[in-house]
Amino acid sequence: MTTLAPPALPAWRRIVRDGLLLTVRNLRHFVREPHLVVFSTVQPIMFVLLFSFVFGGAIGQALPPGLDYTSFLLPGIFVQAVAFRSTQTAVGLANDLDKGVIDRFKSMPMARSAVLLGRTAADLIRSVFVVLLMAGVGYLIGFRFVTGPLQATAAVLLVALFGFALSWVFAFVALYVRNPEAAQSAAFVAVFPLVFASSAFVPVETMPGWLATITAVSPVTVTVDAVRALAIGGPVLSPLLQSLAWIVAVVAVFMPLSVWRYRRVD
Amino acid sequence: MNQPAAVRVQGLVKRFGKTVALDGADLEVATGTVYGLLGPNGAGKTTLVRVLATLLRPDAGTAEVFGHDVATQASAVRQRIALTGQFAAVDELLTGRENLQMFGRLLGLDVRAAARRADELLARFELSEAAGRHARTYSGGMRRRLDLASSLLVRPQLLFLDEPTTGLDPHSRVTIWDIVRDLAEAGVTVLLTTQYLEEADALADRIAVIDHGRVIAEGTSDELKDHVGGQVLEVRLRSTADRPAAEAALLRLDGTAPQFGRDPLRLSVQVAHDGLGLLTNAAAALRDAGVALTDLGLRRPTLDDVFLQLTGAPPEDPQPRETSAHAAGPDGSAEAPAEHDARHVRHNPG
Ligand SMILES: Nc1ncnc2c1ncn2[C@@H]1O[C@H](COP(=O)(O)OP(=O)(O)OP(=O)(O)O)[C@@H](O)[C@H]1O
Ligand SMILES: [Mg+2]
Repeated sequence: MTTLAPPALPAWRRIVRDGLLLTVRNLRHFVREPHLVVFSTVQPIMFVLLFSFVFGGAIGQALPPGLDYTSFLLPGIFVQAVAFRSTQTAVGLANDLDKGVIDRFKSMPMARSAVLLGRTAADLIRSVFVVLLMAGVGYLIGFRFVTGPLQATAAVLLVALFGFALSWVFAFVALYVRNPEAAQSAAFVAVFPLVFASSAFVPVETMPGWLATITAVSPVTVTVDAVRALAIGGPVLSPLLQSLAWIVAVVAVFMPLSVWRYRRVD
Repeated sequence: MNQPAAVRVQGLVKRFGKTVALDGADLEVATGTVYGLLGPNGAGKTTLVRVLATLLRPDAGTAEVFGHDVATQASAVRQRIALTGQFAAVDELLTGRENLQMFGRLLGLDVRAAARRADELLARFELSEAAGRHARTYSGGMRRRLDLASSLLVRPQLLFLDEPTTGLDPHSRVTIWDIVRDLAEAGVTVLLTTQYLEEADALADRIAVIDHGRVIAEGTSDELKDHVGGQVLEVRLRSTADRPAAEAALLRLDGTAPQFGRDPLRLSVQVAHDGLGLLTNAAAALRDAGVALTDLGLRRPTLDDVFLQLTGAPPEDPQPRETSAHAAGPDGSAEAPAEHDARHVRHNPG
């Protein structure tokens, strides 16, 4: 009546396998919450439409001639959307930690990092989906990737990677505060200033000098600038390298930190 | 026997802030046996199981599973154990089948083996019909069964069951008991916690009584019962209103205070000697006091009596219970350590 345990795999293969299994599980969770599917789809669409029509007139004036606000806005709002999305990593993980199922995961001989990897990877996939959706809506109101398919793909990938890096920050937040509501609030407190004090919605030159200085080096600004250049043209290399540096640094710090913290929570 | 013990716990201490959940617990579970951990709410049963399942780190003392230290060799321990915790560890948003398939895959079964094993277990645990429903729509009993099935996808060497039948109806309880017996037959060591004495009695080869984070008695069910003494006089009242009168009448008989179990209608008195005489006198005394009974009789002690005696006796009790234990059966050696431990029972709540 019982099955014997199969032989153990090498560690890295276990991490990949268990990480994938939990990614699938988390994506299943997502589609099983119809309200979540609907609202997390509607929200980014709403943002695209609201921002471009409400601010388009005013901010359009401050843009260089020949650049319309929708083209300027869309790359920024891609980054904004994944940044906001990544706060859901905190909520999802805090929810998991609340549930008994985490005890089973922790008492099984599975990869310890799989719960975190499965969570951040599922959120990465959802981010890609959201960006593609927003790009689709953008196309309806006049946005175009004018540079070419390669650059367009790179733009989407960079946005997704940026969201993935932030997911690890918020995974760490969740492991610290534990409670889903608190994790949500904490994540928003961090993400709001980061996104709004950036080049996502307005040209940095329109901000007061001190703010423009800070904003210029913000990870959101450099990422938005890189995505914008990849999508609608402009100097790519410098913002792209800075953005990748941020992404690598954030993952390098928060991935091990989160795994360490996860091992310690009871 | 040169096999290492399935579980060896020495001087285990676990604190949560100011609460001392485990206060120097000692325990040894032989491989291939069913071991019962019996204790009231807050005794530390769950904490002990969670330490053994590598979910909590102990503050002091050692805990080993098949010779592997739970703190320093956790992954070796995890390869040998399965845990069905006090609160069902199932994924609410997945169906029953998806739960089992996912855990099977995480335990290293390939897709087909996991699917086949999931269906086998669903059938065995009478969950086939509900297999396609989300676990959050399951009743408490179904959840428990799914949780237990999740522990058996791959055969564990040691299975922890934390209050496996609490809150279940009699039918589900018997199903779980049968499964535990089958597992024991198949050579799986089982450590189960329970508040139900008849459960420990029915399933466990050996039992530890735990209270305030310490093991206060240990032995086979018979050894523990012998510890209480030869016989118990049991009275069942028709109405709880008669409790004070019945208590007073029984106390006058031979000075041993009657004890109350969880059943408010039931009183029991340990019989030191001459059970029949006591029975006759009790019948007369209760009739004179005008107490209406539904039952009166002498019986062998149950674990309930053991439990009451070990954990329920008030500290200022002028009549130490050891006197009745001395009147126990001929085998004095078995009760000696339990008696020694009984003196360490602490009664300060919280
Ligand atoms: N995570 C925790 N934080 C704080 N206190 C805890 C925690 N877990 C357990 N305790 C405390 O430790 C003591 C032992 O609890 P434990 O859950 O081990 O008891 P138990 O024997 O399983 O009880 P029950 O029969 O109610 O399940 C209790 O006083 C409990 O309040
Ligand atoms: Mg418990």
